[in-house]
Amino acid sequence: MKKVMTGNEAIARGAFEAGVKVAAAYPGTPSTEIMETLGKEYKEIYAEWSPNEKVALEVAIGASLAGARAMSSMKHVGVNVAADPLMTLSYVGVNGGLVLVSCDDPELYSSQNEQDNRHYARFAKIPMFEPSDSQEAKDFTKLGFEVSEKFDTPVMLRGVTRISHSKGIVELKDPVLPPVALEVRKQTAKYTMLPAYARVKHGVVEERLLKLKEFAETFPGNRMELNDRDIGIITAGISYQYAKEVFPKVSYLKLGMVWPLPRNLIAEFFKKVKKVIVIEELDPFLEENIKVMGFKPKGGKNLFSLLGEYNPLIVEKGMLGKKFKPPEPVFKDPLPPRPPNLCPGCPHRGIFYMLKKLKLVATGDIGCYTLAAYPPLASLDTCICMGASIGQAHGMAKAMGDAGRGKFVGVIGDSTFLHGGIAPLMNIAYNKSYTTIILLDNRTTGMTGSQEHPGTGYTIRGEKTHKIDFVELGKVLGIENIREVNPWNLEEAEKTIREEIEKDSPSLIITKGPCILLKREFKKYNKPLVIDSTKCIGCKSCVNLGCPAISFQKVEGEMAVTKDGKKRKGISYIEPTLCPGCHLCYQVCKFEAIQSQEERPVLGFDTM
Amino acid sequence: MKKGTTNVLVAGVGGQGVILASDIMSEVFMEAGYDVKKSEIHGMAMRGGIVTSHFRFGKKVYSPLIKEGEVDILFAFEQLEGLRWINHLRPKGKIIMNDNKVNPPVVNLGDMEYPKGIPETIKGKFKDFYLVKGTEIALQMGDARAANVVLLGAMSMFFEIKEDLWLKTILGVLPPKVHDLNRKAFAAGREQVQLA
Repeated sequence: MKKVMTGNEAIARGAFEAGVKVAAAYPGTPSTEIMETLGKEYKEIYAEWSPNEKVALEVAIGASLAGARAMSSMKHVGVNVAADPLMTLSYVGVNGGLVLVSCDDPELYSSQNEQDNRHYARFAKIPMFEPSDSQEAKDFTKLGFEVSEKFDTPVMLRGVTRISHSKGIVELKDPVLPPVALEVRKQTAKYTMLPAYARVKHGVVEERLLKLKEFAETFPGNRMELNDRDIGIITAGISYQYAKEVFPKVSYLKLGMVWPLPRNLIAEFFKKVKKVIVIEELDPFLEENIKVMGFKPKGGKNLFSLLGEYNPLIVEKGMLGKKFKPPEPVFKDPLPPRPPNLCPGCPHRGIFYMLKKLKLVATGDIGCYTLAAYPPLASLDTCICMGASIGQAHGMAKAMGDAGRGKFVGVIGDSTFLHGGIAPLMNIAYNKSYTTIILLDNRTTGMTGSQEHPGTGYTIRGEKTHKIDFVELGKVLGIENIREVNPWNLEEAEKTIREEIEKDSPSLIITKGPCILLKREFKKYNKPLVIDSTKCIGCKSCVNLGCPAISFQKVEGEMAVTKDGKKRKGISYIEPTLCPGCHLCYQVCKFEAIQSQEERPVLGFDTM
Repeated sequence: MKKGTTNVLVAGVGGQGVILASDIMSEVFMEAGYDVKKSEIHGMAMRGGIVTSHFRFGKKVYSPLIKEGEVDILFAFEQLEGLRWINHLRPKGKIIMNDNKVNPPVVNLGDMEYPKGIPETIKGKFKDFYLVKGTEIALQMGDARAANVVLLGAMSMFFEIKEDLWLKTILGVLPPKVHDLNRKAFAAGREQVQLA
């Protein structure tokens, strides 16, 4: 049977066909849909959202040691979080096959950096496969489990956004029964990395790498396609498709396994073609390793950028050099950009509006609210990695001492807090900070498309489960001042923030507003607000909330004067199909020009 | 249509159903016996940003991305987004555009103006141009979300693929309670092109 699948769906299918028993992940673009698909479509597999990637990989390790085939998937920066177990997992090896999926994000479509995770395979001395389409994504995932068991090693599968989120036709097969029996056995020398055992294991790892090099020579996913012998392209993954599209007639060495590399096959390719070019996105990983072997490719990063995602035009430009003729643009006028934005009714908007009003610096974190760094809110000031806001705010407090009090806060989302924020919050109490942290609890993992986490009360499959109580958690960590606020009530938010930032002990402000898209949390949405065009003076106070439902429309002639004779350049307009009625704009208007359509104005929503 | 690969660039704003529309096209053309690939970027905020989806079909498709300047059909769900990607179209490419405007933030803030007369501007350079009242028709039918099905109806007029296959695929991804509405939306979209 054939099916059109994304790379992520194909990886999930590959896990299913390989007989995976346990799969764990933390959501992160572009990897999220792998675990979502496992959760929705393959009920035979135990799937979970773990609180972070380190936990997810450790869950997979445990399942593997018990003899089950296990998978963990994450975005590229997630592997940084999971790097601690990964590096030693390489020594321990597996029992049931274990595949770690890393989804890289060239072009940073939804990431904070553009790291090339192929380096992890070399670093951890483990094999890495890199698919070039959905069919290979499925095939290589399955193969990963076999190689993992055969060589007693974790296997990495590396994709990029353009593999994860592209669709292609995939041939479906039936699931297989994994060969390893389920049982928990004591194998201290293999599983317990005390120095004495780990020293031995390091040697085992180096021997394993030599065997994997031999395997790479015969692996069918590493293949030569010999056509015109003047040019030979060595490439892997998505770059193969771009090159093949633009230069179908040249020769290719297409690598499906990017670590370790097949030295003999590469040598043969160099003999068969006149001029070798290496095409790969991001770092010169293949190029440098091929050069280390003593081969001399004519082209690589001297022709192609280290930055960003490639596409057919970029590949053509790099190959043709000066002979390249760019397509002639028909229109050259600059167009209004359309950056992503916080949704109408978003519970984060009011808090960031207030941080701007209070002129506070906000150390920030990873989530939808990172978008508050953009104008007009422009009130989030740092973004490094998951959970980093809290440690940074604490560091600022310790650097500035009393002079810093009342000047900054840390902001972090609920899912991000549970991922990496608990330890730094504990640190704030332990090391006697005055720092105020605002926990933006929207009751979901919003940015990646609404996934469950330990604070939502539901599992990946929608079963009810224990729900973290953030107030209680804050208390046991030692935070003295804990306040809950309605983030759609500006007066309440302002009063609470003002009071807490002046205190000399740490504060945790928890916002009680669910993600506006999370329907189950709302008893109902409100009626859209309406502008009274006779009263609006065009001051833009509401427009500066940055709500997509509110626009500023220029007026002329009779319309350029209010009923009271005041001049105005324009008036605000609220698009009723977009407005869920949060009433933030109602609160910022000083001219009573925004009217509630509810019986009496409500600040926010009637939530569950 | 032509023998090689056909390239469709679907462009719009988050929340308009761009991805669902290109998913449906992928299914339809696979069922019709073609190799298909499609690709899009989503992530960051769920609504309001630019969404593009590259859809390609033919005997054998390699790249999931269309080379700039080789789009055969620009399928725009919003006027400004149609104009934004116009340079990706072949000189004699076709445009099917939803007659709909969604202001980006800079326009809402009053800092930039929404370009005026986009359909006329485009028509001046590309004759093979179809403006479809997708959003308007869907709103008349009582559900703005059906706009993408109206647009698919218009799109379906340009391929020799049975109407039944389109409808079966579209209804297959929608809950039964909206089937009647979407059947009508699809038919209305087809009429839009016959009128043009």
